[in-house]
Amino acid sequence: MSDIHRTIEAVWKIESTRLIAAIARVTRDIGLAEELAQEALVTALEQWPEEGIPQNPAAWLMTAAKRRAIDSLRRGRMLEHKHGEIARELEFQQQQLGEAMDHALDQVIDDDVLRLIFTACHPVLAVEGRIALTLRLIGGLTTAEIARAFLIPEKTLGQRIFRAKKTLSEAHVPFETPRGDELRRRLQSVLSVVYLIFNEGYTATAGEEWMRSQLCDDALRLGRILAELLPAEPEVYGLLALMELQASRTAARTGQNGEAVLLLKQDRSLWDHAQIQRGLAALDHAQKLGGGAGIYALQAAIAACHARARTAEATDWERIVLLYDALLQVSPSPIVALNRAVAVAMAHGPAAGLNALESLATEPALSGYHLLPSVRGDLLMKLGKFTEARQEIARAIALTQNKREQELLTEKLERMPKTAREA
Amino acid sequence: MRFMMIVIPKAHQTASQDAQPNVEGFTRMMEYNKSLEKAGVLLAMDGLTPPSGGARISFTDGNATVTDGPFAEAKETIGGYWIIQVRSREEAIEWAKRAPMDNNTIIEVRQIRGLADFPADVQDVLAKRYESLKKEAAANA
Repeated sequence: MSDIHRTIEAVWKIESTRLIAAIARVTRDIGLAEELAQEALVTALEQWPEEGIPQNPAAWLMTAAKRRAIDSLRRGRMLEHKHGEIARELEFQQQQLGEAMDHALDQVIDDDVLRLIFTACHPVLAVEGRIALTLRLIGGLTTAEIARAFLIPEKTLGQRIFRAKKTLSEAHVPFETPRGDELRRRLQSVLSVVYLIFNEGYTATAGEEWMRSQLCDDALRLGRILAELLPAEPEVYGLLALMELQASRTAARTGQNGEAVLLLKQDRSLWDHAQIQRGLAALDHAQKLGGGAGIYALQAAIAACHARARTAEATDWERIVLLYDALLQVSPSPIVALNRAVAVAMAHGPAAGLNALESLATEPALSGYHLLPSVRGDLLMKLGKFTEARQEIARAIALTQNKREQELLTEKLERMPKTAREA
Repeated sequence: MRFMMIVIPKAHQTASQDAQPNVEGFTRMMEYNKSLEKAGVLLAMDGLTPPSGGARISFTDGNATVTDGPFAEAKETIGGYWIIQVRSREEAIEWAKRAPMDNNTIIEVRQIRGLADFPADVQDVLAKRYESLKKEAAANA
């Protein structure tokens, strides 16, 4: 890609969201707005390399989109009617459309951007459609960039976006921001989309394309945009805090040979302390807004316990257990219960941890989950019950598909003392 | 990718310590800062008081020499900075181009080096430092 094309891409990244929001303000249809904005970008890609980047790129793109809008209005109607009456009416409509679009960019307000977000994350869409539209419309990513990040062909992603736009249009989803209780409910969908994008990047392994890990930064950017738009919503800050705190460990998560390094083994001097401070500030804000018991705020509070500990040994495990208790109240899940049991073991010893695991043994959702026997095996080993521990680790190995995980567990099995010192 | 946008204002060296920005300039700057926030790219920012109240500490052969501001010999001094998180160098440059700046002011855009960007031997030093920190913490516990 040439320098000028990279610059155009950067301009697009900065201007596209407000541009699409401004057009949608007039058309009330985000699919159409996105197409018109896209056509304006194509025009820019043709003309800017020759003419240079305009002084006010946003206004230039808006004018280009307006011409396209008037063109499509004319084409669409001309095919249907040829009467003089209609032609005069059409002229009037064109003038109106033109004037509306001339003013739209000055009038575009935060609420238009918010409408764009809520429409992109609308529940009528499949989750993958929500993710693609959100990155495209609010993240300013190109189809190619999204496709590379999600390791799928560009064509597949293009179809995904096309289908999502079609679904929105067929379901007559209005271009608006929900209010009151509806806002809270719909906000959950928006937040989960942002967190899914974050996790897609966070689980990317070292050596994978840079584009994938870049998704963490894209999600953080979306989180910050939401915090600006919905400053009174505590869960927005809770999610932002959670993402900042998790992302702060990125540099410590992989060893020098690209292997995964677990939280308690990480070199904490590699954590990004400025990012930790941002995360703690966002968490504090969520709590001040009265959202300390939100799902994201609680997870962020757990991450904060780790972030505040200078060494793994200094972790406040008792507080973590309490936070998991609270999390189980608002969002009961066997995975959360499993994590709680690990925290109990750290706070009160392996026997207490095994005790906390007891009720999970018959949990159907965990029956094929390798981490349950893996954790049990660990705790049994710490108690010196090597025979039982060995059985559990072997079960865990059989249950996981992940090669790296298998290697780690096999190593553990081999290192375990052969002689039992069971009491 | 994180970048620092460093403002190098004109006539900054000679400005008096209590020089204040005018209301119009200040309002435009606030709008610009807001646009950075709304785009989700702003991580940190600060404005500095003029160099007349500052000091420069220069190092020669292990000796530190202090010079009080203003710094007659310095052509360029820093007036403030933003730290932004963007996708590319080009995007950082585009943001800098949008800043409301006085005539002849310069903005320098520089990428921030992360810990992960240091060579392996430097990272080793960091890892050893962490080990000794852990021992120290264990001893104090």
